[in-house]
Amino acid sequence: MTPELKGYLLLSTIKMLVVFTIIMIGVALLTLMERKVSAWMQNRHGPNRVGWAGLLQPAADGVKNILKEETLPALANRWLFTIAPALSFIPALLLSAVIPFAAPLPVDFDVTLGPLGRFVHHGPMPMVVADLPVGFLFVLAVSSLGVYGIALAGWSSNSKYALLGGLRASAQMVSYEVAMGLSLIPVLLLSGDVSFSAIVAKQQAGIWYVMPLFLSFFIFTVAGFAETNRLPFDLPEAESELITGYHTEYSAMKFSFFFIAEYANVVTVCAMITTLFFGGWDIPFTDWDRSGGVLPTLATWLFFFLKVLFWVFFVMWIRWTLPRFRYDQLMSLGWKVMMPLALAYIMVMCTAIYLIEGVLGVRSPVLGSLILFALNLGIAILVFGVLDSGVFIRGSGARQKTPPARGAPAAVVG
Amino acid sequence: MAIGVKVLQRPERQVSYVRATLKGMALTFKHMLEKKVTMQYPEQKSTDQDHGMGTYSLSPRWRGTHRMLTDEQGRSKCVACGLCPQICPANCIKLVPGEDEQGNRYPLIYEIDEFRCIFCGYCQEVCPEEAIHVGAHFENSEYSRGRFVYDLERLQSQTHAVSTLWDPSDPAGE
Repeated sequence: MTPELKGYLLLSTIKMLVVFTIIMIGVALLTLMERKVSAWMQNRHGPNRVGWAGLLQPAADGVKNILKEETLPALANRWLFTIAPALSFIPALLLSAVIPFAAPLPVDFDVTLGPLGRFVHHGPMPMVVADLPVGFLFVLAVSSLGVYGIALAGWSSNSKYALLGGLRASAQMVSYEVAMGLSLIPVLLLSGDVSFSAIVAKQQAGIWYVMPLFLSFFIFTVAGFAETNRLPFDLPEAESELITGYHTEYSAMKFSFFFIAEYANVVTVCAMITTLFFGGWDIPFTDWDRSGGVLPTLATWLFFFLKVLFWVFFVMWIRWTLPRFRYDQLMSLGWKVMMPLALAYIMVMCTAIYLIEGVLGVRSPVLGSLILFALNLGIAILVFGVLDSGVFIRGSGARQKTPPARGAPAAVVG
Repeated sequence: MAIGVKVLQRPERQVSYVRATLKGMALTFKHMLEKKVTMQYPEQKSTDQDHGMGTYSLSPRWRGTHRMLTDEQGRSKCVACGLCPQICPANCIKLVPGEDEQGNRYPLIYEIDEFRCIFCGYCQEVCPEEAIHVGAHFENSEYSRGRFVYDLERLQSQTHAVSTLWDPSDPAGE
């Protein structure tokens, strides 16, 4: 092993430990934040007894969950039942490895650590555990693995509620995976790269992609909600219908793992929204954040954290505002609205980008983005107008245009 | 149609989804900034100090654990007339009357079993000496069941406010 490789491995290990720790602590605190936000939205205080302002509540919950009894339903498939929480937990954590969370930090060292030998690293260290060239393709691939954990949990529990939850989860996640993947193609068109670092760099040079690709952002956000099983798309859990859906039969730490996975997924989706559409760790209107050094790295890290925190809050905000979708509404939104919309949007964006860059010859990324922004504004007004009028999703009473004639078979009522 | 199923005609034209969502989000955000309504119980407590007019006060008609009022010499006001055990629907008052040298009656034993008590307040209403009262009090935890039989000494030593049994602002109960 060369000293350079060893230096790289050392840094990667440190980054892994740091990111893992931050994600786990962050997820624990998110459970508290969720309860606090929900309480505030209902004019309550939320948990405030354990620790200062309830900050130790997650620790108390954790201790409780570790000490509780692990139950196994009588006719459950023991092997799958045990492995399912891990299957949903691992992909959720895996995703945090590819998201750049701060500006590259210049690290120079040349040390000898006893019998381990010499460790060398020179030049900027990207603040991401694995700066994969496949970028968001990796995220799409791994996030769809999470459905295995949920579907297997539902299947192995030997419970009708869990099975229904697992079924719903698999159908829902497969459906929205399509829209999610398609909504990212315009990002690829505009950036020309799937790597997160490159996308962030492109947005720094131009404008945050939320402006030229607003509809992509919208579709991605909606699909992200569906992927993480958050309200208004929490049909796999749906406590009023399915008790708690796929994790009905789980207790103690296994249940906790599903919980951690859900929040880790929320963090990942929010980090994806931030990175793809809100400039990642970019601090707007300044080039100072790219100058390199410890201070810019810390500042960009803080900025990234705040942006992700806002989107996490947004997710909770939506959760405590909107009621759950009906299942057929969810499916028709996914297949009849989101997917055709994403496809049409790809065509429009292709044409627009070709016209702007090829025919008009606009080379400045800012100007091109502004033209696209104007176009997006029009499309957004059109799309939201159509969505608002309830043509695609509507109440059950509206499905039947004319009331059934007298003497018609009773089965049509519904 | 065998069973009359009511099919609701939902509005088709005046519906809104995006606007309604935004409206709902504005509403929930507004609620986040509003004053919290939860009482922080062990720190804040319901009391009858402000006679039902405070934010978390008990109703003036609240009937809780009993008090026996005392006279200036610290003796119980009770004359052991026997009206309260007589009227008590739950039969929770045990009264053994005694008589001193001047011929004044007083209770030798006066016990109220708070577990049997249904907190109707009849004992307070019937008492001619205004001695026994139900109180504006609700924290009664004990470590044993035996402690729930309140003897005379305990009934006298309690200091919480007593119930008025009616609302002072509405004496006729209208």
